[in-house]
Amino acid sequence: MSEPLVQVEGLTRRFDISKPWLNRVIERESRQFLTANADVGFSINRGETFALVGESGSGKSTIAKMIVGLLAPSAGSIRFDGQEMDFASGADMRALRRRFQMIFQDPFASLNPRWRVRDIVAEPIVTFGLLKGAEITREVDRLLEVVGLSAADAAKFPHEFSGGQRQRIAIARALSSKPEFIVCDEPTSALDVSVQAQILNLMRDLQDEFGLTYLLISHDLSVVRHMATRIGVLYLGRLVEVADAKRLFTEPQHPYTRMLLDAVPDLALSGRRRKPVLGEIPNPIDPPSGCAFHPRCPLAADICKRETPAPRPTPTGQAACHFAGQNSEVA
Amino acid sequence: MTSDTQSSLARFWDSDIMWSFRHSPVAIVAGLVVALIALAALFAPWIAPTNPYDPAALNLMDGFTPPMEPNAFTGNSYILGTDNQGRDVLSTILYGTRISLFVGLSAVLFAMVLGITLGLIAGYRGGWVDGLLMRIADVQLSFPSILIALLIFGVARGLIPPAYRETMAIWVLIVAIGLSDWVQFARVVRGATMVEKSKEYVQAARVVGAHPVKILIKHILPNVMGPVLVIGTIGLALAIIAEATLSFLGVGVPPTQPSLGTLIRIGQQYLFSGEWWILLFPSIALLALALSVNLLGDWLRDALNPRLR
Repeated sequence: MSEPLVQVEGLTRRFDISKPWLNRVIERESRQFLTANADVGFSINRGETFALVGESGSGKSTIAKMIVGLLAPSAGSIRFDGQEMDFASGADMRALRRRFQMIFQDPFASLNPRWRVRDIVAEPIVTFGLLKGAEITREVDRLLEVVGLSAADAAKFPHEFSGGQRQRIAIARALSSKPEFIVCDEPTSALDVSVQAQILNLMRDLQDEFGLTYLLISHDLSVVRHMATRIGVLYLGRLVEVADAKRLFTEPQHPYTRMLLDAVPDLALSGRRRKPVLGEIPNPIDPPSGCAFHPRCPLAADICKRETPAPRPTPTGQAACHFAGQNSEVA
Repeated sequence: MTSDTQSSLARFWDSDIMWSFRHSPVAIVAGLVVALIALAALFAPWIAPTNPYDPAALNLMDGFTPPMEPNAFTGNSYILGTDNQGRDVLSTILYGTRISLFVGLSAVLFAMVLGITLGLIAGYRGGWVDGLLMRIADVQLSFPSILIALLIFGVARGLIPPAYRETMAIWVLIVAIGLSDWVQFARVVRGATMVEKSKEYVQAARVVGAHPVKILIKHILPNVMGPVLVIGTIGLALAIIAEATLSFLGVGVPPTQPSLGTLIRIGQQYLFSGEWWILLFPSIALLALALSVNLLGDWLRDALNPRLR
């Protein structure tokens, strides 16, 4: 197997949520940190769609932001095509930056309302200095047609478009620097259900056409099922399970994954009882000891409160559970 | 595709802001008054009956001529009368408005550029840079701005060699008023920048590694200009009044180049001896100018606020 395109190791991000210095001194409080991601490791292979799923507050978007350099990791490394991503070094990163892009959640916020579509789509081309003059116009027109809009739309402003069309513009912008890897942060969650499928299908077509690799961030299991080749499940900033997409839905290895899948409405009306998700995500400022999932876990034992489980290999991938590999029989 | 075929002028006329202008009688009247005063001031050398800056054309015997009446000694008649030195009041008002408008516009422009720059930096960088700039702004806001302008004016006069004081006075005045006025721009721009910088279009620019200065100027600045224009218009009225106040106090423009404030100062000395016109007409000009600019600012604020539509 060839080397993975993106390799993430021990990625950790802590946010300082302490009160101001004077308050801390007067109220005799220590500094407080929120751990958004702890020791996250995964790799994404060329041409695949790796999906990260989890409830809100599980740190999905934080990982996406760290990978594209919008947030600096507190610890850990991100390697792109074997090269360490060091966003502090300008010159080396420029060449690397061209090779990845991001598609954002809210197409109403991700396009500058004062810019014409032509300038929005051309921004990466201009920033990287890829083309000059009339070539830029020609390339923008071509890209707009690639994403299902017309070249005449280039002269318009974003407010003249619907949510789905705006997301197409955002995709055209992401494609304009000819990237290999695109981070998609909830690309359809702000769209109508009827439009979601169009955008997802467009993304798949583009993946086939240009050989793109996607990191798909989503809380919507049906979106993930439609798109992903492999899936990582996040819980409280920790990666609890990574598995082959098809088998994750049929053979969940981690008790949290199973809980999530049981909560999905049964649209096929097969008579399966839907089990509501028990409890809520604990406060990430003060996470539970040992395995972060133990207060909600039906399998929890003493060891879960004491020791943080390391990822173990399972038939479908890996899972961070003390009972991984054996619990399929237990439950 | 109407937007493609129309000329940019026609598009401007059809825009929301012009629609709002055409439907606001107050804005139309205020706009006309401002336009009239500005044009009169701009073409003062061609319109004014006399040149009040030319000492050779002055006749002290013409002094204190009442409006529309012939002078007791020379027989000359002036529409708005003459002042103590025999200068035609109408001409001094036209030339004075010129100076008042020039100082006001330049001061607001200076305050705007300074305030926008510091506001953008404070809002975008955050952290200690933001803390420092905003504390300076807080300190400055705790003093009346006219006091700050007086202080800056006094310090600058002390630093400039006496030979240049006369010629530099107007520029010192502009800097003094501008420096006392930048805080409002900085605060508004900082707040708006903090909102804009968290939006995804800014993140998209950061992902491709766009330079922060480019992000500030090309992405954020156009999106924060709405409130800046409103404060700028109201700030223009305030700057004109600040210039008049400073000139009235005798620390503004040199007496050889009187602004509206200087004229009012000269006029108030003669009010109680019966020469009312020397004070009244420059005051009316200042009032009309400041009020109209202020009303335009109020209208612009309402027109740009979507919640009031």
